[in-house]
Amino acid sequence: MTDHTPTEMMTIAAARALKSSDVCFVGIGMPSAAANLARLTHAPDITLIYESGTLGTKPSVLPLSIGDGELCETALTTVSVPEMFRYWLMGGRITVGFLGGAQIDRFANLNTTVVGPYAKPKVRLPGGGGAPEIAISCGEIFIIMAQSKRSFVPKLDFVTSLGHGEGGDHRARLGVKTKGPTKLLTDLAVFEPDPRTKEMTITSIHPGVTRAQIADCTGWEVRYADTVTETPAPSARELEVLRALHARTARAHGAAA
Amino acid sequence: MSRFLTLSEAVEFAIRDGDAVALEGFTHLIPHAAGHEIIRQRRKRLTIIRMTPDLIYDQLVGMGCAEKMIFSWTGNPGVGSLHRVRDAIENGWPQPLAYEEHSHSAMANAYEAGAAGLPCAIFRGYVGVDLPKVNPNIKRVACPFTGEMLAAVPAIRPDVAVIHAQRADRAGNVLLEGIVGVQKEAVLAAKRSIVTVEEIVEDFGSRSPNAVILPAWTVGAIAQVPGGAYPSYAFGYYKRDNAYYKAWDAISRERESFLAWMKANVLEQGPDSFAKYARKNSIAAE
Repeated sequence: MTDHTPTEMMTIAAARALKSSDVCFVGIGMPSAAANLARLTHAPDITLIYESGTLGTKPSVLPLSIGDGELCETALTTVSVPEMFRYWLMGGRITVGFLGGAQIDRFANLNTTVVGPYAKPKVRLPGGGGAPEIAISCGEIFIIMAQSKRSFVPKLDFVTSLGHGEGGDHRARLGVKTKGPTKLLTDLAVFEPDPRTKEMTITSIHPGVTRAQIADCTGWEVRYADTVTETPAPSARELEVLRALHARTARAHGAAA
Repeated sequence: MSRFLTLSEAVEFAIRDGDAVALEGFTHLIPHAAGHEIIRQRRKRLTIIRMTPDLIYDQLVGMGCAEKMIFSWTGNPGVGSLHRVRDAIENGWPQPLAYEEHSHSAMANAYEAGAAGLPCAIFRGYVGVDLPKVNPNIKRVACPFTGEMLAAVPAIRPDVAVIHAQRADRAGNVLLEGIVGVQKEAVLAAKRSIVTVEEIVEDFGSRSPNAVILPAWTVGAIAQVPGGAYPSYAFGYYKRDNAYYKAWDAISRERESFLAWMKANVLEQGPDSFAKYARKNSIAAE
C-alpha cells in the first residue's frame, strides 16, 4: 500500500470525482489542488474556471489567490467579474462547483460567515464570496473539508450557502433546479446524499479509517449507506503528480519575494 | 475629462472625509499606492467598498480611516484572516467598523447597475441563506413576466472609485488588461475617480479592437505611480509578491507590530517608494 497523508487522500478522492467533460468552478486551496490534479491525470480536457474571470485556465502551479497572474496567462480567455457571475455562473454553464467552509451540517449547508452571533461574532470568517450563488447555479456541488467535531456541527451558526436545506425536496420548494451537494469528500470518507432524505451519508471509507474515528470527528450521528465500499488507495501516479504540483507551487510562491 | 496630477494632489482633490470610496481590483491591479496616500492624508469616516477587502483595506481599517465597509469576501487570500479588520469588528479597535455584507454576485451586479445608471440590480441569488436576514438591503422582487422571485440589491454609486491600470495615453485615456475585475464598472458608477498607472505613453499602439479602455471623458484624475499595485501585480509588468501576503499575517497580528510597520512603510514614505517594484514584462522575461 502506498504511504500517503489523509489530506492527500481527500484531494485525490475529490480529483477522481471530476470528469474530462466537466466545466468546473474552482475555489482556492484544496479544490484548486483537486481540480488541477484531475486535469493533470485522468481529465485532461476539463475546463477550469476561477471567479476572477479566467475561463479554461491551465496553471502549472497552484494559485495562492483567486486571481494570480498564472491563471490569466494560461487561460483561453479572461472576462470581467460581472460577466463571470452573470453569463457563466448564473447562466447555468458550469457543471460542477467546488465549495468548502468552516462549518457544515448533515444536509451539507455551509457556513463561512461567522462563529457566534452575526452582530457580535466570536470569530469573523471571510464571508460568502461567490458561494451563495455557486451553490444554486452549478449543476452539482462537490464539497471538500477535513472532518472534526468543530466543523461538522449539528446546527450552523449562520447559513452562508444552501446545501439540501432542511432535507428532502427543500431545494425544489425554494425554486432551485440544480442538484446541490452530490459529494462531500473528507480526510476520512466520501459522503453522498441519501436519495430520499438528502442527508449526507457515507458511501466509502478511506483505507485504514474506522467508524469509531469517523464518529469522533462528526458532530451528529453519521449514517452509512447500505453498501459502503473502501476508497481505493491513491495510486503511485496520483501521488507523484500531486506532490510534484505542490513542490512546484512552493518553489514559485517562496521565490516570489 | 481626465487630468494628470500627482497622487497626493489627486487624493487631496477627489476624496473627502465621510466619502464612500471604492478601491477595486480583483487580486490583480489593486491600487495599493493610492490606499497608502489616503492613509497619509488621514482621511476619516470613509465608507470603504470593495468585493474582496484584503491587505489594503486591513491597512485603511487599522489606521482608523473607515467607519463602514461594504464587501462580499474579506481575508488574506490563501493565507487567512485580516487581523486588523477582525480587531475592528470583534473589539472596536481602533474604532468600531460597521459593515454591509453581500455575495460576489450581488456586488458584481450592483457595480454593473451603478455603471448603467440603474437604481438597483436584479439577479438569481441569496436563496435559502441567512444574509437577507441580517442585511436589509437585500430584497426580493417578482419578475413581471414570469413571476420568478429574484434578488434585488441597491446599485453601488461610490463618491470616488480608485483603480490602478497599466497605461494612460497623453490624451488621458486609460487601458487595462488581464484580470479586469469590476474596475470599469466602478469608475463608470462613481461620481469621481482616481486612476494610478504604470506608464503614460504617447499612444496605445497596436491592440485588440476589444481592449478594455476607459475614455478620457469618463476618468477623473490620472497619476503615474510605477509599481503602484505592489504587492498585488500588474499583468505585463510585475508579478504578485505572494511572500509579502504571507508575511503580512505576522506583521498585522498585533497592534504594535502593525503600527510600527505602517509608520516605517507608509507614513514616512511617499508614492515614489513603489517605484522599486516597477518592472516591465517581467512575466515574459522569466
